[in-house]
Formats: sequence, structure tokens, C-alpha cells
Amino acid sequence: MNVLLYLARTLFWFAMLSFAASAKEAEQSFPIKEIAPGIFAHEGAIALTSQANEGAIANIGFIVGDDAVAVIDTGGSVREGREFAAAIRRVTNKPIRYVINTHVHPDHLFGNAAFDSPDVTFVGHANLPRALAARGAFYLSSFRRMLGDELIQEVRIIPPTLTVADETTLDLGNRQLVLKAWPPAHTDCDLTVLDNKTGTLFSGDLVFLHHVPIVDGSVLGFLRLADALAAIPARQVVPGHGPLAADWPQALEAERTYLAGLVKDLRGMIKAGEGLGTAAKEAGQSERAKWQLFDDYNPRNATAGFAELEWE
Amino acid sequence: MRASSVFGLAGGTLALGLILGSAAYAQSPAPPDPWPSLVGDLFHDRPIQSGDGLITLDAPYRAEDAALVPMTLGFALPAGDARQMKKITLVIDQNPAPMAASFEIGANSGVTSIATRLRVNDYTNVHEVAELSDGNLYAVQKYVKAAGGCSAPAGKNLDEATAHLGEMRLREIAARPDTAGTPALREAQLMIRHPNNSGLQMDQVSHLYIPARYIDSLKVFQGDDLIFAMEGGISISEDPNFRFTYKPNGAKMMRVEARDSGGKQFKSEWPIGGEM
Repeated sequence: MNVLLYLARTLFWFAMLSFAASAKEAEQSFPIKEIAPGIFAHEGAIALTSQANEGAIANIGFIVGDDAVAVIDTGGSVREGREFAAAIRRVTNKPIRYVINTHVHPDHLFGNAAFDSPDVTFVGHANLPRALAARGAFYLSSFRRMLGDELIQEVRIIPPTLTVADETTLDLGNRQLVLKAWPPAHTDCDLTVLDNKTGTLFSGDLVFLHHVPIVDGSVLGFLRLADALAAIPARQVVPGHGPLAADWPQALEAERTYLAGLVKDLRGMIKAGEGLGTAAKEAGQSERAKWQLFDDYNPRNATAGFAELEWE
Repeated sequence: MRASSVFGLAGGTLALGLILGSAAYAQSPAPPDPWPSLVGDLFHDRPIQSGDGLITLDAPYRAEDAALVPMTLGFALPAGDARQMKKITLVIDQNPAPMAASFEIGANSGVTSIATRLRVNDYTNVHEVAELSDGNLYAVQKYVKAAGGCSAPAGKNLDEATAHLGEMRLREIAARPDTAGTPALREAQLMIRHPNNSGLQMDQVSHLYIPARYIDSLKVFQGDDLIFAMEGGISISEDPNFRFTYKPNGAKMMRVEARDSGGKQFKSEWPIGGEM
């Protein structure tokens, strides 16, 4: 009897401990940070997408109103999306009404399927459906190599049904989010989300910190947008990549310096009659020490920027 | 017509193959080498010799941007070789439309290089095949790794390319120190605004395939003499761009005639040979 009781107690405590441990593990494996009252974000790794990181390389977040929740980007795999959804449920039981995709890149929206439900409205820039049509099938094929079969096979391309051509306000209940669609910059479908209540801006990849900026829309558009972005009345920003959260608008400065330097180098090379291959190797190199993943993306930015600036 | 149907059919059939093949790809990390069957389809199984010493292909080992991969086709016959360069074909083996472009080189045009920009969808061999005036074929190849991350072969700024459709620019490149040894050659760059849309994507809303629209024919003349003519497909990047060296014939004008797969014609001409 005593032995049985002892065993039962031991088993009970063991079960309780392992339950607590796994809950803690879940929290730690997908940490979220409350950066302002009712605003939470997960900081992505500054890395390339891989099977090991499950594509969790972008910053993603959610905002809780009195009535409902808005999710801002869903991560780089459905597995990440599910972990994120579980993290949201640890914070609130309010319904997720909106999933906002800040742009077309897979690290921000490959988790969409984890949130797909008749009660959820997917929201994006007016150009996002077209961009997904042009790139979706290619991304499913090219990301197989990076994510592996298991992670890629459950990814579904879910285009937005609520699109933003200029500006839209979403009401989560005593909490208004201002969604703004921008002209081509990081991509041709960049959308920002501003929480008026706390002055928190989710910039998507219009702001990079530490992670070298990526130009997949227009280098001049990106550079010129910095002024318009700086005018947004925010207090802090959740950048698309980099630490949570940063002071606004100071967070724009490093990126602006990088883009301005790249444009200056490229213009000089075009004027001198250099070729595209040379520009890819040499333009923008003076910023190399300031950024992570520089060699992965700067040659690409130089390539795209060169082809764009040739038309000036 | 024949040639454009080759580009079109290759695109359609292989796009289907790409979609159907994606399941098989999961099991076999190394897809089968398409080159032998491409030699059959594009060159009717004619023998192809090594082009080493006759032609060069400059392509980056890693594509930085899937939509814009610079490649330079070089071809200069050794002194004493009386043959002429007739046609240069660029094949991107693993692309949905492998036959990227074929360039007919104008007789006595003196063209020794053409640089352009390509879409590269996957890890692939790229072949440059030269046909000489005696009918012999020569090839060289390069391996190009696909671009990583969120890079895609689709356009970046579709509205911009479409808004300026057909706008052309010609730029004469001043002779640089490294080409000073061959002052008889000139270098020019031709730029054409065109989305060169692959049409391989399904519209998410209508579930219809977006029709392809691309420059399928291009002719560049100095005076009345052909410098080169190109037949191209969707593997040529958005805003097609050609930088080439040629031997000036004294003509005062360079003229370009282009046509896209929708039948739209684009023409332009510029004075050449002035002070740079």
C-alpha cells in the first residue's frame, strides 16, 4: 500500500514536472515578447532559410484588441505557423480575425496554412495576389531544397481576399490598425501596419536591422521611401529582420546609408561603362562590415539595382 | 514561325513537365541530364564538337538574382581560319524553356561578343553552341547554381516594365583601356523595355494561365548591314539587354527592329559613331 502510494505520488509528480517542462520548452522553442501592451512579436533568426530553422528567420507578430486578434506575417513554414498559433493561444483566446501578409516572400507567409479558417480574412497589398501568381509555384519548388520535403509539402499559397491599394483601417475592438500599401521598394507589394494606440509600427521588410537589406522591387523606390516612412507617427518599429523592437524613426538610418551608398556606387559604374557582373562583385562593398548575410544578398542587390539604374 | 514555335512549345511542354516532375524530384535529388534530348530537339542530333579555343561562355558560378543572370557569349575565330561565325545558340538546360536565344551573326559584322541577362530557375548547365559557315557545331558549357532565398525569376516591378513597353535605348560604350588593342571594334548596348513575361504562372483568382509575352525577334543593323538577329524566348530577362562588340562599316545610323510574341512591333534608330 505504502509502496503503491509512493509510486503513484512519484508518477504524479513526474508527470507534473514533465508537463511543466514541456510547456516551458514550448515557450522557449518559440519565444514571443510583449513589446507594447497587447502587442507581441517573435524575433526570427538572422539566417538563411533551412530545414533546421524551419524557415523561422523573419520577425512575426500579433496584436490583441478587445474583440479580436490580428496576426502580422505567419513565418517561413506551416510548422513555424503552428508553433506561432500555439504561442498566440497561450496569450489570448480571442478569435484571430485577420492574417496580414506584409509582402510576397516565403519567410513571411509560408506559415499561412496554419491560420487558414473560414473565420480568418487574409489581408495584403493590392499587388500581392499578382506577385503570388507570378512566384508562388516557383517558391514551392525552389524552397524544397532549403526546407526539405517534409516542411514544404504542407505549405499552401493563400492569396489575400482583402487587399489594400492605398490605406485601410482594421478595428480589433478599441484598437485601430492602419494598413498602408507602398509603391515598389523592398518588393512591389509592401504593406505596413501601424498600431495607433501604442505607436508601434510593423514595417515588414521595409526596415532591416543587422540583416543586410534586400532589394527585390526598386532600389530607388526603397531609398526614396525612407523619407515617407520616417513621417509615420510611430514610437517603435518591429523590423522585418533584426532585433525587437527599435526606436522610430532612427531605425531607418543604417538601411538608408546602405541603399544610398549602393546607388552611388552603381551610378558610377554605369557611367564608367562597367558591366553587370563587375557591379555584382564590387558595388556596395564599403558597407560589408556593418551587416550580417552581406555576401548572400549584396551582390544580388547590386545586380538588381544596376539593371534598374541603367534606365535613369 | 518555325523558330518561335520551338520557343513556345518548349516553354509549354517543359512547364508541364516541371509541374508534373516536382513530385518525382522529391525522391531524386539529381534530375536527369536533359542535354542529350535537347541536342536531339534543338540540333537534330548533329554531332557537336568541343568549342574550346573557338568560343567562350562567361557566366557566374552562382546566380545572384534568379531574374537577372549576366552571361557573355564570346566568339572569335583564330587568325587564318577562313570560316565565319553563323549562329550562336544559348541553352539553359534546366529552365522551363531551355532554348534561351539564338543569335544569327551578320556576315562581316565582326561581332565577337554578345552579353545579355537570363532567368535561371534551377541548378543547371548552360550551353553555348556555335554553328560555323561550314556547318560544324561547337559547344562550351558552364554550370550555374540557382539563386537562393526569396529570389525568383519573375519580374520585380511589373507595372514599370509594362508602362514603358517597347521603349528602347542605345548606348555606345567608349573604348576602354583593355580593348584599346582592337580599335577597329566598337561596343554598344541595346536596352528594350519589356516584361518578357513567361506566362507560366496561374492567376490565383481566375485560375487561368497568364499568357506569355516576350520579345521573340530582334534585328540590329548598322546602315543596311545586319549586325545580329536574335530569336528569343522567356529565359531572357525582363527589359532585354544586349551589349555587343562589332566592326563599324562607316554607317551613320544603327537601327533596331523588334517584335514580341503578341505580334507588336518596336522600331527605333540612333546616330552612331559620333564623339563619345
